[in-house]
Amino acid sequence: MPLNKNIKKVMVIGSGPIVIGQAAEFDYAGTQACRVLSEDGIEIVLVNSNPATIMTDSNIADKIYIEPLTLTTIKRIIEKERPDSILSGLGGQTGLTLCMRLAKEGFLEKMGVRLLGSSPETIDKAEDRQLFKETMQSIHQPCIPSVIAGDVETAVNFMKEIGDSVIVRPAFTLGGSGGGIAHNEEELREIAANGLALSPITQILVEKSIEGWKEIEFEVMRDKADNAIIVCSMENFDPVGVHTGDSIVIAPCVTLADKEYQMLRTASLNIIRSLGVEGGCNVQLALNPHSFEYAVIEVNPRVSRSSALASKATGYPIAKAATKIAIGYTLDEIPNAITGTTFAAFEPALDYVAVKLPKWPFDKFVYAHKNLGTQMKATGEVMAIADCFEDALLKAVRGAEIGLNTLNLPHLSAKTDAEICEMLYPVTDERLFALYEAIKRGVSIDELHRITKVDRWFLYGLKNIKDNEQLSAVRCPLFKMVDTCAAEFEAKTPYFYSVTNGTEDEALPFIEKSRKPRIVVLGSGPIRIGQGIEFDYACVHCAWTLKSMGYEVIVINNNPETVSTDFDTADRLYFEPLYIDDVMNIIEIEKPVGVIVAFGGGTAIKLTKKLHENGVKIIGTTADSIDICEDRERFDHLLEQLGIKRPKGFGIFTEEEALSVAKKLGYPVLMRPSYVLGGQNMIIAFSPEDIHEYMEIILRRKQENPVLIDKYLEGTEIEVDAIHDGKDVLIPGIMEHIERTGVHSGDSIAVYPTVNVDETAVKKLFELTEKICKALDVRGLINIQYVLYENEIYVIEVNPRASRTVPYISKVTGIPMCELATKTSMGETLESLGYKSGIADIPPYHAVKVPVFSFEKLAGLDTHLGPEMKSTGEVLGIGKSLEESLYKGLVAAGYKIHKSGGALITVRDSDKAEITDVAEKFVKYGFSLYATKGTAKFLLQKGFDVHTVEKISDSQDNNTSTLLESGKISYIVSTSEKGRDPAFDDVKIRRKACALGIPCLTSVDTANALADSLLSGYNEENTELIDINTIHEKPVKL
Amino acid sequence: MKTAYLILENGAVFEGKSFGHEGETTGEVVFATGMTGYLETLTDPSYYGQIILQTFPLIGNYGVIPSDFESAAISAKAYIVKHPCQEPSNFRSEGTLDAFLRERGIVGLYGIDTRALTRIIRDNGVMNGKITLSKPTEADREETETYRVQNAVAAVSSKSAVRISEGRRRIALTDFGAKGGIADELISRDCEVWTFPYSATAEQIMQIKPDGIMLSNGPGDPAALENQPLVETIRELQKSGAPIFGICLGHQLLAMANGYKTEKLKFGHRGANQPVKDLSAGRIYITSQNHGYTVIAKDSAFVNVNDRSCEGLDYGNSFSVQFHPEARGGPLDTNFLFDKFIERIAHYAVK
Repeated sequence: MPLNKNIKKVMVIGSGPIVIGQAAEFDYAGTQACRVLSEDGIEIVLVNSNPATIMTDSNIADKIYIEPLTLTTIKRIIEKERPDSILSGLGGQTGLTLCMRLAKEGFLEKMGVRLLGSSPETIDKAEDRQLFKETMQSIHQPCIPSVIAGDVETAVNFMKEIGDSVIVRPAFTLGGSGGGIAHNEEELREIAANGLALSPITQILVEKSIEGWKEIEFEVMRDKADNAIIVCSMENFDPVGVHTGDSIVIAPCVTLADKEYQMLRTASLNIIRSLGVEGGCNVQLALNPHSFEYAVIEVNPRVSRSSALASKATGYPIAKAATKIAIGYTLDEIPNAITGTTFAAFEPALDYVAVKLPKWPFDKFVYAHKNLGTQMKATGEVMAIADCFEDALLKAVRGAEIGLNTLNLPHLSAKTDAEICEMLYPVTDERLFALYEAIKRGVSIDELHRITKVDRWFLYGLKNIKDNEQLSAVRCPLFKMVDTCAAEFEAKTPYFYSVTNGTEDEALPFIEKSRKPRIVVLGSGPIRIGQGIEFDYACVHCAWTLKSMGYEVIVINNNPETVSTDFDTADRLYFEPLYIDDVMNIIEIEKPVGVIVAFGGGTAIKLTKKLHENGVKIIGTTADSIDICEDRERFDHLLEQLGIKRPKGFGIFTEEEALSVAKKLGYPVLMRPSYVLGGQNMIIAFSPEDIHEYMEIILRRKQENPVLIDKYLEGTEIEVDAIHDGKDVLIPGIMEHIERTGVHSGDSIAVYPTVNVDETAVKKLFELTEKICKALDVRGLINIQYVLYENEIYVIEVNPRASRTVPYISKVTGIPMCELATKTSMGETLESLGYKSGIADIPPYHAVKVPVFSFEKLAGLDTHLGPEMKSTGEVLGIGKSLEESLYKGLVAAGYKIHKSGGALITVRDSDKAEITDVAEKFVKYGFSLYATKGTAKFLLQKGFDVHTVEKISDSQDNNTSTLLESGKISYIVSTSEKGRDPAFDDVKIRRKACALGIPCLTSVDTANALADSLLSGYNEENTELIDINTIHEKPVKL
Repeated sequence: MKTAYLILENGAVFEGKSFGHEGETTGEVVFATGMTGYLETLTDPSYYGQIILQTFPLIGNYGVIPSDFESAAISAKAYIVKHPCQEPSNFRSEGTLDAFLRERGIVGLYGIDTRALTRIIRDNGVMNGKITLSKPTEADREETETYRVQNAVAAVSSKSAVRISEGRRRIALTDFGAKGGIADELISRDCEVWTFPYSATAEQIMQIKPDGIMLSNGPGDPAALENQPLVETIRELQKSGAPIFGICLGHQLLAMANGYKTEKLKFGHRGANQPVKDLSAGRIYITSQNHGYTVIAKDSAFVNVNDRSCEGLDYGNSFSVQFHPEARGGPLDTNFLFDKFIERIAHYAVK
């Protein structure tokens, strides 16, 4: 059945900001969906609050709303746009949940909007635990036996009934605290009693323990004619117990005999049929490694992170096929774009394996709990392809940018055998390396299997790596193609990976055929804090621009979630680590005219020096200029020459040096390593103790470059992105941060246009930017962070590359920054592109970028903002006034806007003078004030009516913690001098707020902005809905 | 491990290592794309005379599990994989692939660029090859040119008629090199299964008064001269009116008995991911396949979604499919065809 002709205008909902568990994969999926809809001539209304996405680009959809993803807003957009259909399965859980609510309220029916893809009944059956269980029972699919118990006896009876170990999970405790595994009645009585006591509703879930079972996933596609196929099977290295998002995963399954495989394959197909899913779906199963017993863990009735992985691992475009199915096609009508001759109605055959390795934020968050369990903690992932597990795993490690190119984690060698054994279980991010260390120390595979339950097959793989470690014979790699069919059919789309043994190189014929000059664009690797989806956005635009200019574009990247690794973004894609040796192998065969490093974030920039040393031409700003920006001494020297001020600072290697420098500069000082991204390991040190703590942590890892110490200036932070062609400088927009310096720019609320920067300062900013551009001979993009301090402008940081704010400013100003940057770096002039030197005109809109955090997923992490970046994503608010845009931004970022309630204020001494403003606004808004002793005393003196609250350590039943639990508090303002360590009272309060979902503002500036927003009178009904495709005439030119 | 080589008819040489039985052998090189099911593949009699090349590089991961064998013997001439697993892991495993091949005297070759070899066969069509232990010579290549898979069915068929199960429906299963899975499917549907050697006459088969006749899979060219008597026998069997169900070679021979012709595919369909469409129901199934020849038909009941080749024919009370509904290895999607067979038998019995 072909396209349903009644579908003419479809709303697509994106997944919003990047958070842990919902990353770039939905931009990839949504973008594919939009392209499919466009191909069929369907008008698209796109809604997503995340500006750093390709899907919100003007050429992807007809109407683009960067608006809060709330029910009210979506309804208003539907009322305004009147789409005839809405697509539910491609916007992650966020998009799915919104569609479900619209359907269930009868809103879709009322508005005559049809829900494309799976029906609400299907989604309910998949997502509602009870309904799911009943559905599975009706088709005889085993679920994990469980019982909800309100007392110990029920739990004990259940255990007797199943005759097995059980897992106890208390209801409504965060991170599953208070649960555990009971192997016998005695243990169960203790754990159950404890769990019941901890649960606020005295309830526990008692589940048969299947810890240690194999965790298997199937990506399934089904169309409305009931054709169903498996796109890919995946097996977790880590057995059941670790979230699949935090597990090392291999595709396809490698340890299942055909009988086991087919049993689970058939089960998956039966499950998706019984649920009635139409489109893509992910089925997770657990298999007892000692029998054919299995259990269904869960089903995601939508495109998911695993779908992105499966798509990139097989070449099968799941999101594309799912969209086609949603608009009426059947699988046999959808061509396979990779072969061009076959159809989507088949199951990919792989002749390689793909290994996924998660990327965790623990390198930045030293105090966050590193245990891996049922709560996902990874921010991103890398995938690696090779013809064996060993090579793929090593590639993944090289690509993960964790400072390793082997499985030897340096700090493990100093540990005792017992310590290594302790690292094997419970699971942490370092278990893989501990396993390797244990193997090197001669621990038997059987023993390791006994402790970890990791299948022996994987453990032998690690052993093979160890056995081959000495044989470091350099073998010239060859490139093989990902073609969905194990070479059975000829592939049209060149998508390559390297193998270290073989006789035929499949990339070579493509290169020999090529008649155009070739350019390599380096991608940005895994999503991590400080380097998110915005860099993939930039790379994709760079690739598209180069293609349009007549170049042959080669993309190297290893992040399966991205648009840049979609098979048709570049002319050739190499799914390889962004590690110098791997990149050089590709350059050697491709012989490009040059490499572009300016769009792939720090990942690409980091490679510049070595590429340059290898004689590779760096396109755009030179390797030397890039080095000047990264090398403290050279940078200082340059600014001195130019007569530009910067906070005084030095580079040091040891703690002693640090202490003496800090003394010279005077506290507080800002400390960070060279070559940082997202303020990784960046702190403000107020005392020698802070320096000691910092140096101790940073020196755990070998530092090739000095640690930088600067005088800390508390002023207004200003951010400029500019494009220079060698002659002219174009500044599309200047942004101002709501928070003063001290909060990392990525965690600050950034507003455009600026508010507190006068004309003289603007002029000065242009001059400074121009000076720097010329001095560095920048070709393309540059990002400069300034601080306005006591009427002087200082430069804090210069990045001669695309920055985090590029998509934000591009979208708001309509200036295609990546395109201009690519063209100017290739030698075109701004003038020839229709732009002049200067600051671009400001459109009649205000735009506010608000950071979004994933604190609830990272137990133990202090939510206090500082110089080290903590946000995982961002949203954009656009409005006619600053207040309106701020309101929208805050709502989009998930801040609940309460009409009444209380505000708890607990601030450090240095903030007290300024807190009265905030307090006054809360009072004016009708809120009651609560404060801890010191703050309360101060506010009382200032004449405020304040309830004084005891600290947690001072009172058992009338403290800040009990106050939060009481539900009286809507907002918290909490700042403290000393943070990080979870043992501190302030940190506990902030964690508690996070657990209860109460917005906690850790900067007076943020609190002020929120309070202003509350008072502004905006609500979700009265904001203007803005289609950003209409806010500027295209193209905007000076 | 010793160095070993593969030389193809076109002169291409691959250098790898020997595993399994150390020796030299010649055969028709075919590639199989299944990512699981290597035991079923190895023990499938339809691979008689062939050198099996696995496109999935990691083979032997779950060891050797005798209960998953499709026949007692390995009929293939040799086995080529990229990385044979030395340390298999599965609760049912009884040993390594290497030891198994050695024990069965089957030559193995590993460590070659299996994808490059697959591409040669894909582009040039199936060709013969010889595995040697010393650098191949022109004489070795010439030897591959003269190699032919001959009398394949006779070589793998059982030697005498046997009743292998008790049950409600009596099925005559003609064994052209039958996979064990076919009989198992019938047995699980309460059938009394009699297997007959390929040489059994229609008269001999009809003596048991079968309720239905199952024509098995098997190796070789269906149009080979030596298969002519089988086509004749099938023609005779059809006259009885008993429903016939043909699989793979059985499908091809039944088609020939009904006037269809067959042709050789360039490189065949061998794998567990072949999509076929049931044209009457409009449904697509993913099937397990292993064949190098196809029936030329305009009135197919099933077609291959990729190349539109004939995947099944329906004659009223008899029907046949090119793919393997018994799977093993491969998807169980078309397992219902055995139910359909039983239904047709029931219908016939009523009549």
